[in-house]
Amino acid sequence: MHRILDAETIAPQVRRIVLDAPLIARRHQAGQFVILRPEKSSERIPLTIAASDPTGGTITLYVQAVGHTTAVLNGLQAGESIADLVGPLGTPSEISSYGTVVVVGGGLGTAIIYPTARALAGAGNRVIAVLGGRSRRFVLLEEELRAVCAEVHVCTDDGSYGRRGLVTDVVHDLVVEGAPPDRVFVAGPVRMMAAVAAVTRTRQVPTIASLNPIMVDGTGMCGGCRVDVGGVTRFACVDGPEFDAHTVDFDLLDRRNRAYGAFETAARQADACRTVDRS
Amino acid sequence: MTEITRRERLRMPRVEMPEQPAGERAHTFTEVNLGLTWELAQLEAMRCIECRRPICIDGCPVGVKIDEFLGHLAKGELTEAVEAIATDNLLPAICGRVCPQESQCEGACVLGRKGEPIAIGHLERFVADEARRLSIHPVVEPVAPTGKKVAVVGSGPAGLACAADLAKAGHDVTVLEALHEPGGVLTYGIPDYRLPRDIIQHEVAGLERLGVTFEMNVVVGRSVSLQELRTDYDAVFLGVGAGLPRFLDIPGENLIGVFSANEFLTRVNLMRAYERGAETPVFDVRNKKVAVFGAGNTAMDAVRTAVRLGAAEARIMYRRTSEEMPARREEVRHAAEEGVIFDFLVSPLEFLGDADGWLRGIWLQEMELGEPDASGRRRPRPIQGARYEVPIDMVVVAVGNAPNPLLLSTVPDLDRTPAGTLIVDEESGETSIQGVFAGGDIVTGGATVISAMGAGRTAAMAIDRWLSPPEPAV
Repeated sequence: MHRILDAETIAPQVRRIVLDAPLIARRHQAGQFVILRPEKSSERIPLTIAASDPTGGTITLYVQAVGHTTAVLNGLQAGESIADLVGPLGTPSEISSYGTVVVVGGGLGTAIIYPTARALAGAGNRVIAVLGGRSRRFVLLEEELRAVCAEVHVCTDDGSYGRRGLVTDVVHDLVVEGAPPDRVFVAGPVRMMAAVAAVTRTRQVPTIASLNPIMVDGTGMCGGCRVDVGGVTRFACVDGPEFDAHTVDFDLLDRRNRAYGAFETAARQADACRTVDRS
Repeated sequence: MTEITRRERLRMPRVEMPEQPAGERAHTFTEVNLGLTWELAQLEAMRCIECRRPICIDGCPVGVKIDEFLGHLAKGELTEAVEAIATDNLLPAICGRVCPQESQCEGACVLGRKGEPIAIGHLERFVADEARRLSIHPVVEPVAPTGKKVAVVGSGPAGLACAADLAKAGHDVTVLEALHEPGGVLTYGIPDYRLPRDIIQHEVAGLERLGVTFEMNVVVGRSVSLQELRTDYDAVFLGVGAGLPRFLDIPGENLIGVFSANEFLTRVNLMRAYERGAETPVFDVRNKKVAVFGAGNTAMDAVRTAVRLGAAEARIMYRRTSEEMPARREEVRHAAEEGVIFDFLVSPLEFLGDADGWLRGIWLQEMELGEPDASGRRRPRPIQGARYEVPIDMVVVAVGNAPNPLLLSTVPDLDRTPAGTLIVDEESGETSIQGVFAGGDIVTGGATVISAMGAGRTAAMAIDRWLSPPEPAV
């Protein structure tokens, strides 16, 4: 059992959850994730660790309610506990002194890219962040990123904040119009990562994407998270989750992530019915 | 009880294990084998002709005193039978269900030369189940705590067996498990209809009574390093299994609908995806065609699970013939009774998908048997031009596991074979790092529950010796 020390809603359907997890906090490195189950009957879901405090023994997760399990998790309050938590899993981000690095986060992807941005800044890189969201309320962690980045560019789909448009537009300006950075890290919806990779490929800027396939155990045992990178099958849970974005088969990832679409739709409908029943 | 002659014993037929009818059990995950009654168990035990040199024991990887327990059982002495088994086998309810008896104890039984061997597995299971039902626990001689701490990594059969022996020797044992439930492959791999969950829970509870601590959700190599364990504990046992699924490495293997047996079975067994209202999904096979590649016990588990989940058609596709199938005979028979179709001498060339990336069929190559290979089995080879396509909606790849490199890759000093398995001292199970022992599939590659248990026990003995060096002579 791991206690929730703090939980707050920071955007529609998005909660920031701080968990008591001293052993995970002690070993966490940027790019790694946990697998958790809010309740004993829950599915195991992977979530990237957005921040950790080894001294206080806590980790911070940003959770968007997109399915049943994340909705249950987001329904929990400080003082309550989750049933299972394991980590840190996955291979950490490759942090080095690259020079100038652009980090790109779309929606909740910002929470994935944040610890990497921090680590990159700590390694002496000039870090430029590009954040995107549907509207102003969906732009996450801007303040935190401003604290570690040399520049922060924000864009929204509806133009309610920052530049109107997609993160790829900003990335295009930075990579194609300006002096190409030494490296790009990207996290977010699969389509967005594919689009960013397409832009950076034109200038051959090494680009790393944090992939989000379906997982079960997170230790390489089930192979459910297999992704195609450069024509080779890799397990995202142990070989990744970060891979060379220029050789990732994003179409395959997108398709495989829809494997249980019908089940998830049914679960959402059941949740909706229960909500109606209660009202 | 009246004495019966050797001749009479030889004439008695082997007792049949009562089973759920195939038509009923094919729709449920409750156990197929219903268990013997006292009457049946005693009748079967009485068939033992009490060989002066019981060679059945040689067939058992942990050397259970089969003659003794059968003798007690024939006389109705349950407690004595329990004790006779417990000195060598700590998980009889599990072994009685999942051991490949036909190639071990029952394969050695002299009765099998002319007729049917004693149903040793069914009787072992009977003794264990009766003991559980009547809360008879084997007597454990209390020992003074040694004050030594041992970490057991992995709670599968090797880890459980090792932990039990170490705890009995008075050591302070902590079992670390990566998943959220103990049991390893017993929990995620073997389905309920073959090994009900409460049996695993019972065995784990027994170890907790011995003082063993279980910590779930600890991935050694990630949550904690082996080096730290080596510092915090006096000795470490690695029983992490061979949990890296092999795939076929053919085109189309990443289509939706192609799964490793590990994933399919973990979703169903560990995550309970077959239960009503389950929150973990499993690929919906209802009214669909399923093909399982492989012919071992895991392949049988997967194909029979597909039957139970409502598959319209569930097939085993194997590149050799029924003769070479490594699965337990009982599993193959059960599968066939439940409607599983066996396609022999076929090998997949490609998995075919639709425009959305879902599996729709398989391109198959017909095979024939050629010369024997290193394993002594005749090597399958393709028949020129004999290729065809079959429509299939789901594929499960059950062709074995390689050693999972997650932990080992973090410890370069651990010597391993080119295949990735750990190199250990055969006598002790000690690895190339002092105080670190290993056993089970991580050493042997994919093998059986009982051989992993045997390795766990061997290592436990060696660890005990290592922790308690003889007093220096004065």
